[in-house]
Amino acid sequence: MLGYYLRLALKSFARDRGATALMLFAIALGIGVCIMTLTVHHAMSSNPIWWKNDRLYTITMDSWPPERPANLDLPDLPPTQLTYTDANYFFNSAIPERKVIMYQATGVVLSGSESKPVKINTRIATADFFPMFDVPFRYGNGWSAHADTGPEPVIVLSHDLNEKLFGGLNSVGRTLRWSNHDFRIVGVLEPWMPQPKFYDLTIGGFNEPEAAYLPWGWSKALQLLSSGSIHCWKVEPANTVDELMSSECAWIQMWVELPDAAARNRMQTLIDTYWAEQRKAGRFQRPRNNRLSNVGQWLEDHRVVQNDNRLLVGLAFAFLSVCLLNTVGLLLAKFMSGAPAAGVRRALGASRLQIFVQHLIQAGVLALAGALLGLGLSALFLWGVRILYGSDPQTGRGGYQALAHFDSIGIAWAIALAIGSVIITGLYPAWRIGRMPPARYLKSQ
Amino acid sequence: MRNVSKIYRTDVVETHALHSVSLEVSAGDFVAVTGPSGSGKTTFLNVAGLLETFDSGRYELDGTDVSTLSDRIRSRLRNEKIGFIFQSFNLIADLDIYDNVDVPLRYRGMRASHRHERITAALELVGLTSRMKHMPSQLSGGQQQRVAIARAIAGEPAFLLADEPTGNLDSTTAGQVMDLLEQINNMGTTIVMVTHDPQLARRARRNVHVIDGQLLDMENSAPGSKPAPRLGSTTA
Repeated sequence: MLGYYLRLALKSFARDRGATALMLFAIALGIGVCIMTLTVHHAMSSNPIWWKNDRLYTITMDSWPPERPANLDLPDLPPTQLTYTDANYFFNSAIPERKVIMYQATGVVLSGSESKPVKINTRIATADFFPMFDVPFRYGNGWSAHADTGPEPVIVLSHDLNEKLFGGLNSVGRTLRWSNHDFRIVGVLEPWMPQPKFYDLTIGGFNEPEAAYLPWGWSKALQLLSSGSIHCWKVEPANTVDELMSSECAWIQMWVELPDAAARNRMQTLIDTYWAEQRKAGRFQRPRNNRLSNVGQWLEDHRVVQNDNRLLVGLAFAFLSVCLLNTVGLLLAKFMSGAPAAGVRRALGASRLQIFVQHLIQAGVLALAGALLGLGLSALFLWGVRILYGSDPQTGRGGYQALAHFDSIGIAWAIALAIGSVIITGLYPAWRIGRMPPARYLKSQ
Repeated sequence: MRNVSKIYRTDVVETHALHSVSLEVSAGDFVAVTGPSGSGKTTFLNVAGLLETFDSGRYELDGTDVSTLSDRIRSRLRNEKIGFIFQSFNLIADLDIYDNVDVPLRYRGMRASHRHERITAALELVGLTSRMKHMPSQLSGGQQQRVAIARAIAGEPAFLLADEPTGNLDSTTAGQVMDLLEQINNMGTTIVMVTHDPQLARRARRNVHVIDGQLLDMENSAPGSKPAPRLGSTTA
């Protein structure tokens, strides 16, 4: 009977094309807006490395002066980065299974004689960056801890940079000139786009990852200043890496991988002990605020998902509800106008349940078609978001542009919303038509 | 039916549409039900056709007591044992003639080939095989009623209920439809027909009259003489 009911549904829609188009558009618009906001919200709020949520922690300490917090908007939080002194101390601890200190710098790359110089963001990081964050490699690997101290002239390229410079071929072993120094390519990443970019929120949580990665030792060797955030409170020279390293400026992101709760407790004790010693020496004059935050907590603390975004999701659902309520009204009117035909079917042997199912399938076809159209609309809306907000000064290049992509989550939402729409829009009208006494219409038709 | 009553209730009014109606119809009978407007003819037909429930009494259809059946069983009984013919034909406008005749067979869950045989045979009987793919709006009133008759008999029900089947037709066409009903009756199908038209009623084998929700059986009346009404009578 399913095929029969589907055929009846299509015939019914063909009869009332105007009303059908109106209902279809109402459902599609509601679902489209919902999927768009949910896709953006999901991309902004999801933990991109959730499987390591109980292993990865970032260290933060409040090294600011007593008069004011580091962030006036979030006064309870310590600065998002560490001073080199503190980061270096914790980096030498044996407690973490893995640890990384890092920051972003800018370099210029050349490849081949015909290429123009390209300015790229480069992450200066210690070796554990790649295994710690499960960064996927297409060719080669990262570097060893030994390369950090050398430092060895090795470099890892992002997928996009390798595409741009080498047409996507295996470039491992080739030489790349980075800011007038030759580096041997040891690895090329798979496309990797953690959203939010949890490991460095200081320059926008939704920026693209860096195009290249260099061993930590090059920071001092080439005096590579941070192109990210350098946060200082003390009047002191901070114009070179050496000066920065001995300053109270916070400019280094630090993450540790702790295998279990015991390791976490030992790490927290180490931080607190260090804090107490430093306080005795005259630093850390604000109340103790030493944090080991996992990724989820870190994103939550720093309001990566803003309330506006949550409100937008709420409004999108409210809009969908209005669209569906309108559709319920239209569908009810449509079904009621077909009550005489339903009465005839009842007289010819259809049970209430069969009439109910027939009309529910009609609503289902409508909702599914609406969901498909809604998917198309949401893709259009997301494209609009990318166009409109691609160069937003707050999010920077690759902000919304990078995250507003339609994905499997969007499709899953579309299916869920379609099912919900069937239930909301179809159930009551189908129930009503199923309950109509058939005899009422047989005489008057 | 034995002592069947049907009351329509609102908050303030109770209307006795059927009042202790008793009627027994034998297999192969052709019964005409006559009566003035509002007398309860259609209610009687709806109750007989399991389209409406009744408040008291007993109704056995082909040996099955229908008073306590679920909607699903009543619908199945209706589908298998009863065919309906309506005054205004009640063809489904979206469906072509073939699909209209197909409707009751669909609810019986028949295989496509079996349904096709039944539909073709029914349309052949009413002489509309050539119009299978026409839409109802493309047919005349008489043709539409013949399609409705084909739909009613396609499932080979034991029992045909016709509510003013010629009410919307001119006299010539009405006569043709009556010929068809007689032909179907002669093939063994029991027919109960509601009509206003005394001439058509006379073509039935048996007449009953409904007044104020009560049934008067005219079976024993002598032709030409004034019938002796028997309220709530039962006939064999």
